[in-house]
Amino acid sequence: MSPDSGTNVVWLGSPGFPEAAHTALGDPQLRRNLRKATTTIRDKRLAVTGELDDWEQLREAGAATKRHTLRHLDRYLLRLEDSVTKAGGVVHWAADAAGANRIVTELVRATSAHEVVKVKSMATQEIGLNEALEQAGIRAYETDLAELIVQLGDDRPSHILVPAIHRNRAEIREIFQREMGAWGRPAPDGLTDEPRALAEAARLHLRDKFLRAKVAVSGANFAIAETGTVGVVESEGNGRMCLTLPETLITVMGIEKVLPLWQDLEVFLQLLPRSSTGERMNPYTSTWRGVTPGDGPQAFHLVLLDNGRTATLADTVGRQALACIRCSACLNVCPVYERTGGHAYGSVYPGPIGAILTPQLVGVEHAATLPFASTLCGACYDACPVKINIPEVLTHLRAEVVEAKRAKRRVPGAEALAMKAATAVLASPRRLSVAQKAAALGGRLVSCKDVIGPLPGPLHAWTDARDTPAPPTESFRAWWQRTHPTGADS
Amino acid sequence: MRIALFITCFNDTMFPETGKAVVTVLERLGHTVEFPLAQTCCGQMHFNTGYRPEALPLVRGFAKAFADYDAIVTPSASCAGMVRENHPLLAQQYGDAALRAAVAEGAPRVHEFTELLVDVLGVTDVGAYFPHRVTYHPTCHSLRGLRLGDKPLALLRAVRGIDLVELPAVDSCCGFGGTFALKNAEISTAMLGDKMRNVVSTGADVVCAADNSCLMHIGGGLSRLRTGIGTLHLAEILASTQGDAR
Ligand code: SF4
Repeated sequence: MSPDSGTNVVWLGSPGFPEAAHTALGDPQLRRNLRKATTTIRDKRLAVTGELDDWEQLREAGAATKRHTLRHLDRYLLRLEDSVTKAGGVVHWAADAAGANRIVTELVRATSAHEVVKVKSMATQEIGLNEALEQAGIRAYETDLAELIVQLGDDRPSHILVPAIHRNRAEIREIFQREMGAWGRPAPDGLTDEPRALAEAARLHLRDKFLRAKVAVSGANFAIAETGTVGVVESEGNGRMCLTLPETLITVMGIEKVLPLWQDLEVFLQLLPRSSTGERMNPYTSTWRGVTPGDGPQAFHLVLLDNGRTATLADTVGRQALACIRCSACLNVCPVYERTGGHAYGSVYPGPIGAILTPQLVGVEHAATLPFASTLCGACYDACPVKINIPEVLTHLRAEVVEAKRAKRRVPGAEALAMKAATAVLASPRRLSVAQKAAALGGRLVSCKDVIGPLPGPLHAWTDARDTPAPPTESFRAWWQRTHPTGADS
Repeated sequence: MRIALFITCFNDTMFPETGKAVVTVLERLGHTVEFPLAQTCCGQMHFNTGYRPEALPLVRGFAKAFADYDAIVTPSASCAGMVRENHPLLAQQYGDAALRAAVAEGAPRVHEFTELLVDVLGVTDVGAYFPHRVTYHPTCHSLRGLRLGDKPLALLRAVRGIDLVELPAVDSCCGFGGTFALKNAEISTAMLGDKMRNVVSTGADVVCAADNSCLMHIGGGLSRLRTGIGTLHLAEILASTQGDAR
């Protein structure tokens, strides 16, 4: 991994997860927005996945295809390069964020355009493309409604699919009224916070940009090695505008998005919309191969982005995260995400997938609290359309965080000492029995009517909100030994 | 069949009544339960917190303590899951050939209490009487880890006198998560708050589950708020013939 790879994946200066979550938990409006949004989409997803008899087989097929492709990624990427080139596109390889940004900037400059329209894309967010373009004097306009809200509000995305999920209608109206004028066509007078009115304001604002733009930048949901077909799946049609109207199209895609065959879409175009928006089929699916004379963009560039992915691929447990199709089902079902929202994860990839992907892309030491941002409840694993065992990867990464800390400090920290001490006690039945007697005595000293109330010191995190029963005077093993004095096991 | 009880270190220390209840139910069904005194802990806390090498002596100890039994029963869904899923993984990662073999042979013999009753012994009516309003919280390890499904409810439905009420948002996590409750205390508490609201809305006298760890978390909150709702391990309801709700 090169030194700057993945630096844009995490937002610099973000506090650890527990501290960042504190802000979100203290915001009742945000918690209401999140709860409403996540529970609605959860129910929709359950309805459309439940109606298919072969949903489990589809998941298995999707997981198997991804497993196979990742195992032979080198081969499929070369095949993709070949077929895209044959179809008239140009393939560029970017080792890291800086490399990808350089490539895109130069491509835009070569067209002498000073602005680009953008299709919603995680990969370009991951590399911080908009900021890089801005430094080169090129303005990037987000055209996805939720991305537009985030961009106008000078905000950060908090969800993979609905980046402005933390905003409600009233806030959106306020952002449109305040900011649209500075970016182009202002919001209409007397704008209300009716969803229809807000969408219309965005439509008018964006139409100017679609008609004017010479260059579009997109991500990709998939690219087919066999045919060189690249595809974007969306709901609003803004993507279709960007992909067809401008003269030049630049697509930035993580290397893990390649699929072997056109036929593989049969599986993924069922898995994605049902898991993502809870729809049977999404409204717009755009696919294209290279360039077609007289139809659509006449120059097509595909930038293949590594940015920490090959390093992730080397980890046989952690590589599952690269199978992700960015549907966001794991976010929507996650009880932790529901309470904290996306910003607490301090990364463009929030929620359960963020907790396993971000630390791998940037190195566990740069996102050490993320693998612990989960109760391991497993709801994400059940929901994931490609069966990524997120809890398994989380505990795997937790072990890596602990090992990284161990390697760095010569003196073990308090937690490491406590764990070591716990092993020492728990590895011996005799020591455990002594500890149980001490606990019973200690519990009686601090308890009142058999219940332990708030305690000072490190345990306050537990006792602040919960009473704890005082340990019983007799442990189970003591009881057993008393009542089964001559048993075979005594 | 030689049945050994794996009480778990947590129940051993904090909830001995649960272990006694398991013994009571199995003896009532005509089985003899043994308690290997060499047992201690499955290492779940170490594993889930990232301290894998520290868990290895516990994996070794478990394999040794339970080598001679046909079935190992435990009143903890999360510890059963730890032994079955993660002991093989730890043995693979850090152990020698002998340990790998012992774990591969022993792990499948571990059954969570309701699994033993329903799947191995084939009973759902254990002759219990418990005349109280009860709601059941399926812990995440019961629901999505071991996939206990309907087994706990089938056992509860057969209890005489019971008024079993459904818990709203039944499949949502209570927010315990082991060391999560300490590392992310505020989020844990927020999740606990929602779980308690749902429990209170059922009007139940008792909330039960297949894991005392989640129950201690839920019960701790219910007690702090003076709701008057008690928590009881499922095994203790199945052991009851007196109808005495604690
Ligand atoms: S990890 Fe699975 S559920 Fe989460 S976004 Fe990726 S594909 Fe969807």
